Amino acid sequence: MKRIISILLENESGALSRVVGLFSQRGYNIDTLTVAPTDDDTLSRLTLTTQGDDQMAEQIVKQLHKLIDTIKVVDLTVGSHIERELMLVKLKASDADIRAEVKRCVEIFRGTIVDVTASSYTVQLAGDSEKLDAFIEAVRDIGIMEVVRSGVSGIARGDKFLRV
Amino acid sequence: MELLSGGDILIRALKDAGVKDVWGYPGGAALHIYDALYRQDDVFHILVRHEQAAVHAADGFSRATGEVGTALVTSGPGATNAITGIATAYMDSIPLVVISGQVPLSKIGQDAFQETDMVGVSRPIVKHSFLVTRTEDIAETIAKAYYIASTGRPGPVVVDIPKDVTDPSYKVPYHWPTETKMRSYQPTDKGHRGQIKRAVKTLIQAKRPVIYTGGGIVIDNASEHLIALAQKLNFPVTNTLMGLGGYPGTDPQYLGMLGMHGTYEANTAMHHADVIFAVGARFDDRVTNDLDKFCPHATIIHIDVDPTSVSKNIEAHIPIVGTCTSVLTEMLAIAEQLAIKPDTEALAEWWQQINQWRADKGIYTESRYEPSLGTCIKPQDVIKMLYKITNGEAIVTSDVGQHQMFAAQYYLFDKPRTWINSGGLGTMGFGLPAAMGAKRAFPDKDVACVTGEGSIQMCIQELSTCTQHNLPVKIINLNNAALGMVRQWQDMNYSSRYSESVYEDSLPDFVKLAEAYGHVGMKITHIDELEEKMRECFAMKDRSVFMDICVDRSEHVYPMQMPGGSMRDLWLNKTERT
Ligand SMILES: Cc1ncc(C[n+]2csc(CCOP(=O)(O)OP(=O)(O)O)c2C)c(N)n1
Ligand SMILES: [Mg+2]
Repeated sequence: MKRIISILLENESGALSRVVGLFSQRGYNIDTLTVAPTDDDTLSRLTLTTQGDDQMAEQIVKQLHKLIDTIKVVDLTVGSHIERELMLVKLKASDADIRAEVKRCVEIFRGTIVDVTASSYTVQLAGDSEKLDAFIEAVRDIGIMEVVRSGVSGIARGDKFLRV
Repeated sequence: MELLSGGDILIRALKDAGVKDVWGYPGGAALHIYDALYRQDDVFHILVRHEQAAVHAADGFSRATGEVGTALVTSGPGATNAITGIATAYMDSIPLVVISGQVPLSKIGQDAFQETDMVGVSRPIVKHSFLVTRTEDIAETIAKAYYIASTGRPGPVVVDIPKDVTDPSYKVPYHWPTETKMRSYQPTDKGHRGQIKRAVKTLIQAKRPVIYTGGGIVIDNASEHLIALAQKLNFPVTNTLMGLGGYPGTDPQYLGMLGMHGTYEANTAMHHADVIFAVGARFDDRVTNDLDKFCPHATIIHIDVDPTSVSKNIEAHIPIVGTCTSVLTEMLAIAEQLAIKPDTEALAEWWQQINQWRADKGIYTESRYEPSLGTCIKPQDVIKMLYKITNGEAIVTSDVGQHQMFAAQYYLFDKPRTWINSGGLGTMGFGLPAAMGAKRAFPDKDVACVTGEGSIQMCIQELSTCTQHNLPVKIINLNNAALGMVRQWQDMNYSSRYSESVYEDSLPDFVKLAEAYGHVGMKITHIDELEEKMRECFAMKDRSVFMDICVDRSEHVYPMQMPGGSMRDLWLNKTERT
């Protein structure tokens, strides 16, 4: 099953490569990975998604925790959580019918058109990964020129938080 | 405040970290550091002949003493030569600090002369690593390196220092941190009390228990705690290859080593156990054999300081994360208080069964191998002789192969830190430099390196280091004229097709070789001369002696677990199996 793992990491040189290296070294896959400094710029927040059963997820969390730069690790999938991913899609859109079709789709998925040329639309869409997948399916026949996805960011629901 | 250059700061910091010896080899990027070494008397440097040996020697020193070992190498080839040593220490959780010179900061990334990304290359085989980018950071980084290496589950830490960071003309105030704290690193010490209580109850109620201990007992100096608990409960104990000496090898409750070349009694007892108490062991594949067939009846209690070791290979029913010493101490205290009493009747029956296994096919029953005769010297008998001559009190290091297994099986280690071998990585070439490290730590003790003619040639250049630094070690070369362990597998699995496991008369004359380095060489070809020659060897306290002993070439190591089987599925000799 899909796992969303959140990590609070020292914002130090080499820290990210240790996380990534751990995955290849232990034979785990990374499906998506996002990383950026937090409000405290000595800390980075990473979200990564991977596939695995409970036992594997537990090993991954423990292994990540063992890295010296890691401050906190949680498997968000264990509790209720919010998952968001940002996507930019460039679509072929020259004739009027297609342009109307794209607009309808964008509206249904609550996206926005952020750039326009005579022959293309660039659409921005945020949501969980399934919603983004569904949008891609919806516009596939229209003609996708390019897709850029940010990878998943996640946060726990409720009062729980990940902080030093 | 006194101003110091980076090189001087590094050496001062090493001194403040308690370092007395550094094993190393100089080169361009490390020359500022070497100059700083030259100008002081607090930290002693031992020049090896190959960087791999510097790390192995620091490692041997650490295994013999429990202190952190220190190695110093230059950038590029110096750093990459150290890699095998670092990986060896990593696999066996040995605390080391390896300092490597690096090209100047301004040249990093430019494929400069002797540039290697040491932090990158070593990343999967270190506990942690640092690239020091400011002279001001050296002391604190060194303090952190020793703290990380020696706490929690120990391991090697690399500190990579670019040359300009140790520039003699740039001087800054020296400050040694009184306390090292890291928000991202807080190793667990004490185990969960509720779990510990559950574990004690389960243990006391066990009918067929086995205590299975690994290197964690040795590393954490928990031997006495283990002995106290095992003897209070009257439970059988088996040690892994890494755990030998953690429980006295001559104690009646000891079943011998377990695993691939473990004893019949230890492996069979494990298989039938109803409770397995694993302490500082990690259910390595060289122990468990096929995981699906592993100990089908057992409730598993597992103590380890590293949470990732618990339930990694074998699911623990009662996992306890904590140091062996603290958890065992607590268990002993709880065992005293609890009202429940062990099932003495069931235990008596269990012991009877175990003693039966011992008597039938035990490794220490006389008939397990053909005795030596004339020029057919059995390697097992050489180890037994070594045990006799050294009263079982030597520090024994070993290389990797059949000789290693014979040493592990037949030298009964009564004390922790007296058996030093590369268990996890299985590094041929480890034995001699590790012996140098141990001898440096204990100059008054006998240090013997049990090796093979294959392994010894992987670091034989260190005979020169022994001469320069007066490290009189005894080399016990079980010369079977082949990569014996490889040949054994070829006998068993490849119809004796000896692909590249023999040398076609190209072996050197080890006696002359030893003499060339200024040592004593002996060649033994007849069993009748073994005892006298070995006595002579150990009587020469101040000399390194190379005993080249021609042993039976056809001997195999038994017992041997059968691939894909359970723990008790063993070959007992070339024709007999369980
Ligand atoms: C550096 C290294 N290379 C290869 C091996 C694989 N290997 C394991 S045992 C062995 C043979 C060792 O021969 P020798 O030192 O003569 O010991 P023997 O088995 O004959 O006692 C080899 C090649 C290894 N463990 N380490
Ligand atoms: Mg050999």
